[in-house]
Amino acid sequence: MLVLLGVLVVVVGFALRLNPMLVVTVAGLVTGLLGGMSLHEILDAFGTGFAGSRSIAIFLLVLPVIGLVERNGLQEQARHLIGRMARLTTGRVLALYLLVRQATCAIGLLSIGGHAQSVRPIVAPMAEAAAVRKYGPLPDRVSQRIRAFAAGTDNVGAFFGEDIFVAVGAVLLITSFVDTTYDFSLRPLDVALWAIPTALCALLIHGFRSLRVDREVAREMRADHAGAEGPGRSDADEQVRP
Amino acid sequence: MIKVEWFYWLLAAFFLVVALLVLRDRSNPHRVWSATFWALLGLCFPYSSFVVSETLPPWPLGLAVVAIACIAGFGLLGHGTEEKTTTPQERQGLAERFGNRLFLPVLVVPVVTGLFAILGPKLSIGGKPLLEPLSETVIGLGASAIIAVAVGMWVLRTPRASVPLHEGRRLTENIGWASVLPQLLAMLGLVFATAGVGKAIGTSAGQILPKGSLLAAVVLYCLGMAVFTIIMGNAFAAFPVMTAAIGYPLLIQFYDGNAAAVFAIGMLSGYCGTLCTPMAANFNIVPVALLELKSDYAVIRAQLPTAVPLWACNVGLMYFLAF
Repeated sequence: MLVLLGVLVVVVGFALRLNPMLVVTVAGLVTGLLGGMSLHEILDAFGTGFAGSRSIAIFLLVLPVIGLVERNGLQEQARHLIGRMARLTTGRVLALYLLVRQATCAIGLLSIGGHAQSVRPIVAPMAEAAAVRKYGPLPDRVSQRIRAFAAGTDNVGAFFGEDIFVAVGAVLLITSFVDTTYDFSLRPLDVALWAIPTALCALLIHGFRSLRVDREVAREMRADHAGAEGPGRSDADEQVRP
Repeated sequence: MIKVEWFYWLLAAFFLVVALLVLRDRSNPHRVWSATFWALLGLCFPYSSFVVSETLPPWPLGLAVVAIACIAGFGLLGHGTEEKTTTPQERQGLAERFGNRLFLPVLVVPVVTGLFAILGPKLSIGGKPLLEPLSETVIGLGASAIIAVAVGMWVLRTPRASVPLHEGRRLTENIGWASVLPQLLAMLGLVFATAGVGKAIGTSAGQILPKGSLLAAVVLYCLGMAVFTIIMGNAFAAFPVMTAAIGYPLLIQFYDGNAAAVFAIGMLSGYCGTLCTPMAANFNIVPVALLELKSDYAVIRAQLPTAVPLWACNVGLMYFLAF
């Protein structure tokens, strides 16, 4: 049970907002030592873990092309494009992206979207621009909120779409673990089919929330305008923020 | 055969270029430490190839990663203040000039990745697969990045390859240490597993096992999946532990549940946990850096009101559909 102290290190470290790189390294050392591993074994585990998880970093290869098109005005063009589609509000852009992301992941195309490939260059600027078209320049708080929601939408779409695809890691992990450990013969297709009800719930819940972002933005903008007209309001609160 | 290792070496080369550009950037207050960070990271990728093929020991890699973590952890990773990119006004003008052609390079990425993922496993030359099996999508993403840069340079009349490299370096510097954090967490997961954290949690969850209430057992399994995923940052790590502790002995053997439904929905309960944890850094922390958000928890905050009701849906679905 002593090894659970390593978990505590992580929780306390994140709660105190210490640098996650240090927190994770210290937690690894503490857990390993308490679990009876030698320093050599811990470093071996670190090395093996790093080598085995390199595929997570491959998305960084996409950054040069994203930077190149952004330099030439991609985000501006995305905004311009949305400016001509009056029916696409912020909420509808987000809900539409959720649907597309979930549908493409369900047929196995997980890596065609993502935070670097689609959210930063296209979805987030479009979602923001739809609000700008309606209200003019957005306060920082509102634009941050829209961008964070766009990132969350990518995650929800990906997580609850990919499990419908039979050849995905999660489905194969379930079948291989259960088959070898408990001597079952579970078909991947059965597991994938049982992911559909949750996928529909995710689409409904997050789709509904996406559409509600419009109301949230409207409320924030009303509050912002009211604040701007009221007495004693200054831009100070925008500036003191780090 | 096209190997996935080639793309890891390409990524290593990119990190080394970033290190070189950082070293030359005098506006960076910690340029030597920062360059060391990126250079070490770059060297870790080719070394990993030998670790995977078991020709070199993994501990020097572990040591290098600890050094990388220390550079970042003690605030020595800085980035330049001179933004050598176009101004918003210039971008407006360029957007008018290029119009929708700007989307072309960005669309190359999903199209090429999709083609590799779908057709990749079917292609073979002389009876041998063209792409390394099981790595088709990673290869596809890497290949799409190269093709997209070429298309981008052609469409946008970019004369020098240094332009996309500079821009890539700018975005990579913006992400900073968050680009390595997901791998560090994968390392921590491995240490957790080796040291027996999973077993310890599984035993304690097993001890509060409710007898006689199906609903309580379903709730405990789904809650265990979510909480353990929040701790580990990964539902895959939680699944074997919670299934061995509760899922199989109680829900399958005792209550005779439908195995496919119990396990599928159990895994998805774990995914609700993934939406709530900074430990799932590639989903929840990397986008914070990528989208230049001020709060580290902005993405998690946007996801929480989806994760909680969705988790409750999972409990309901399992209770009504699997038994």
